[in-house]
Amino acid sequence: MTEVTRFTHGSRIPGWDEPVDPTKAAAVIPDLANTPVPTELREEIQAEMAKYPVFRSALIPALHAAQRVHGWCSPEAIEQVAAVMGITPGEVAAVATFYDMFETQPVGSQAIYVCTNISCSLRGGPKILEAMRAAADGDADFNIRAFECLGACDMAPMASVNGEFVGPLTESDCAQIVADLKSGGEVLAAKQLRVRPCADQAGRVDGGQTTTSEVTQ
Amino acid sequence: MSAILFDRIDEPGLNDIDTYERRGGYEALRKALAQPREGLLEELKASGLRGRGGAGFPLGMKASFIPGADIDKYLVCNADESEPGTFKDRELMQKNPHMLIEGMIIAAFTVDANRSFIYIRGEYVLQAEVLEQAIAQAKAAGFLGDNILGSGFSLDLVLHRGAGAYICGEETGLLDSLEGKRGNPRLKPPFPANQGLFQGPTLINNVETLATIPAIIRMGGSEYAKLGIENSAGTKLVSVSGNVQRPGNYEIELGMSSRDIIFDLAGGPDEGREVKFWFPGGSSSSVLTAADLDTTYDFDAMEKAGSMLGSGAIIVVDDSNSVVDVALTLASFYKHESCGKCTPCREGTTWTVKMLQRVQSGEATPMDLDIIASVQEQIIGNCLCVLGDAMAIPVGSLVAKFRPEFEAHIESARERNGLGITPPAASEEPVLSL
Ligand SMILES: Cc1cc2nc3c(=O)[nH]c(=O)nc-3n(C[C@H](O)[C@H](O)[C@H](O)COP(=O)(O)O)c2cc1C
Ligand code: SF4
Ligand code: FES
Repeated sequence: MTEVTRFTHGSRIPGWDEPVDPTKAAAVIPDLANTPVPTELREEIQAEMAKYPVFRSALIPALHAAQRVHGWCSPEAIEQVAAVMGITPGEVAAVATFYDMFETQPVGSQAIYVCTNISCSLRGGPKILEAMRAAADGDADFNIRAFECLGACDMAPMASVNGEFVGPLTESDCAQIVADLKSGGEVLAAKQLRVRPCADQAGRVDGGQTTTSEVTQ
Repeated sequence: MSAILFDRIDEPGLNDIDTYERRGGYEALRKALAQPREGLLEELKASGLRGRGGAGFPLGMKASFIPGADIDKYLVCNADESEPGTFKDRELMQKNPHMLIEGMIIAAFTVDANRSFIYIRGEYVLQAEVLEQAIAQAKAAGFLGDNILGSGFSLDLVLHRGAGAYICGEETGLLDSLEGKRGNPRLKPPFPANQGLFQGPTLINNVETLATIPAIIRMGGSEYAKLGIENSAGTKLVSVSGNVQRPGNYEIELGMSSRDIIFDLAGGPDEGREVKFWFPGGSSSSVLTAADLDTTYDFDAMEKAGSMLGSGAIIVVDDSNSVVDVALTLASFYKHESCGKCTPCREGTTWTVKMLQRVQSGEATPMDLDIIASVQEQIIGNCLCVLGDAMAIPVGSLVAKFRPEFEAHIESARERNGLGITPPAASEEPVLSL
């Protein structure tokens, strides 16, 4: 697995240093009548568009939906979103390339984001990333990425496995995660964020009336 | 101190509207809807509540900037929570979503906004599911939708999932993203209160800020203001992470000693380890050292100590870590997240990473530290939004406060690489001024 492609020239502007092809015709808004779009995807995007006073707001939700259907933001997926929303593929691609969660290359279906930001790296995040890659052993079905802070530094080092937050992870947990995913079972059930109690409550007595520091004083 | 935001937060079923109402939920909304808008605004002002998203701007004052004119106005909840070290909004939304929704309805009523949005970071899948369900329940109960509880006030609330970009936490970047664009920040002014979402006046606040509103209405603004200390009213959720034994979210009264938060609540570093430095308000805040541990945790004290309260995220780094690694991790994050719209940030973050990599690998000389420091100075105050500063300030503080360690690292790495000993100490003047 190669290192996650952080744009090598910095920031979120891939392709700024590549020349345009002047012989290529400008892309037009694809005609919905001539663009095959899976019915469910079309209906989902249209439902999203109806939620906002200005339909363009539905672009990110539309890309989430298209990525779910296509596995990544493929040229085909982008074309379909553009056709349903009535905007150019360029506008769709511009947005798709800005956000980390949108895949602009084909990837495996099991998305594992290992946090390597500050609080996790203080607790071994980079080692977890390595162990996760070793556990997946090059299996193309696994999309293992180094990710920025996922907002769960209390369970550092942690990872998001198909959206489920798990931690604190040990290196041996990584093999378990991969095995759980392969068998289609729940991922590390005991280490999921959804079952984690709030740290604040442990120090409080009387249903949240007193803090630890008051008890110790 | 009694908990306000974390009051029995782990009670099973609290995310369900029945449990929330049994505990007195949505009472504040009934109370608010029976009052004139000006009265509510006064309560918010009297509470002294300062924004919990990072900038600490007083909520009541921001709400009062929303013009009274009869045009489409918007309320946006900033639930992007991507500042490294910050995870408080996550726990609130996941465990007590109705408190946020109730706060949003009251805020929207106060500024007469009929459309509202929660912009939640895309990675928060569970929290988005919980909120989606809670919004549906609130709609079914008549707290959202047309003519709420017979008041004549109507409010639509849409949950909008982002897709992974720290810059979408910056309020104007968020608005562009919510409009279906790349999340590039806008030039200010105009501020969102005048021209925000879809060009309309927009009140934008953090999750914790909005979730505190029901308590303010229930207690009364002046009663709430008695919590905490002068200029830093109320309770605050603090996310403590890094090298502490009990990382997690704690609700404290502002003005508590930082030492008590880090040691009594979060357990301090592991046995035998010491606090080397700590970020008091997320990774964008200037680092403080062990000498600053007795600083009280409030807006003014943190500013006086040369840092900021920020999002209320304390990251503790113990003496087993290399300051070079931390600086590089930090800078790489901001480089990755820079939206690229303005040069000092786009280039400054990129070059800072390159220089720190040279420091780490042993190709640098102490002169490079001067250049790093001067680049940070050139970034600060010269960017369109404060993301550039958010890297330059903490990186600059690390280089300033731990310069001997950087130098020692450079020296040992050079020796290891066979590059020979370092040239004589750097000149006073930075050689390359960018
Ligand atoms: C780069 C950057 C990232 C930010 N991220 C967040 C965030 O994730 N959540 C948040 O509430 N505020 C964030 N802010 C602050 C917002 O711009 C804004 O000040 C805040 O949402 C206002 O809400 P408050 O007054 O309730 O604090 C960020 C600011 C910057 C410059
Ligand atoms: S400071 Fe950075 S993130 Fe902010 S607008 Fe400029 S380039 Fe974008
Ligand atoms: S640093 Fe890993 S979740 Fe925050």
